[in-house]
Amino acid sequence: MTPTYYLVLAAALFTIGAMGVLVRRNAIVVFMCIELMLNAVNLTLVTFSRINGTLDGQIMAFFVMVVAAAEVVIGLAIIMAIFRSRRSASVDDANLLKY
Amino acid sequence: MSTALAFADAVHAHAADLAAPANEVKGGEKVAFWILAPIALGGAIGMVLARNAIHSALFLVCTMLSLGVFYVINAGPFLGMVQIIVYTGAIMILFLFVLMLVGRDSSDSIVEQLRGQRLAAALLGIGLAAMVATGVARAFDDTRVVGLGRATQDGNVPALAARLFTRYVFAFEVTSALLITAALGAMVLAFVERSKKDQMTQRQRSRERVSADSYPAPKPGPGVYATSDSVATPALLPDGTTTDKSVSKVVQTHELDAATTKAKG
Repeated sequence: MTPTYYLVLAAALFTIGAMGVLVRRNAIVVFMCIELMLNAVNLTLVTFSRINGTLDGQIMAFFVMVVAAAEVVIGLAIIMAIFRSRRSASVDDANLLKY
Repeated sequence: MSTALAFADAVHAHAADLAAPANEVKGGEKVAFWILAPIALGGAIGMVLARNAIHSALFLVCTMLSLGVFYVINAGPFLGMVQIIVYTGAIMILFLFVLMLVGRDSSDSIVEQLRGQRLAAALLGIGLAAMVATGVARAFDDTRVVGLGRATQDGNVPALAARLFTRYVFAFEVTSALLITAALGAMVLAFVERSKKDQMTQRQRSRERVSADSYPAPKPGPGVYATSDSVATPALLPDGTTTDKSVSKVVQTHELDAATTKAKG
């Protein structure tokens, strides 16, 4: 095997995460799927860093982690705010714009 | 000219020398990959399929831990540790915290709001998988792996730090602004303003304390009277009536009937 196997694994994880975002209705689980996609991309970045022999990929993954942490904080706060006003964490129930 | 050529040759030979051992992965890394990759994949699939959101979170923890080990294997020990501490430590705990707050039985609705959405999602997923797989397979057929041996000669963390605080120092500084904004945003979003009208005044509180339902003094004890001396006998109030509050809830009144008093055995 070669390090490209990591890329195949990361592609599979990313696809599963994307499917989860499309299929699941619980906002928190959708959020977890997004985290999975970010993690898959991080794995590709680390692997690319090793393939290319420079540390830029790892730095990039580091910044992705920082952004993901900020994103989780804000996203979960938004989910909490929606839950407080609509009493539901389902993405189907946030449909006021529809009517 | 010839020296330049020779130099280029030497560099090439050196690069090939470095590349040859790194290109093929074997030994412990191979074993670790084939053990952890199924765990990571299974965790991801379990996360999408689990009905309970808590189970989803725990499956995701499995995936993230194995990814952390992958980072360590891929010559990124610092990132591996950050992955375990920040992702599986902080972020997943935050997820679980919000899940407990929102109610862990907030399960998914089975009803499809958009018709055929699940089918479309499945098709899209298969298409995405095929596209990415062919892309990866075609692009990395004959990849030459350089390896991080030379880039991290004096350790992974010093090399990362040298790069982070020179070339990427601006991005690093901007990150602080991002994190402060996120913290402020979370505080603003999570803050609930209570109006003055909803709060009880002191007068209301004191009235509440002595209202009919909540008698503030100690409860009268159960009585010992001429006819009975049992804790199940309720105390008499000044007006002669009995008060049920004096009898402990643990003590239940038992009527002796024939079945109970019959000699046993």
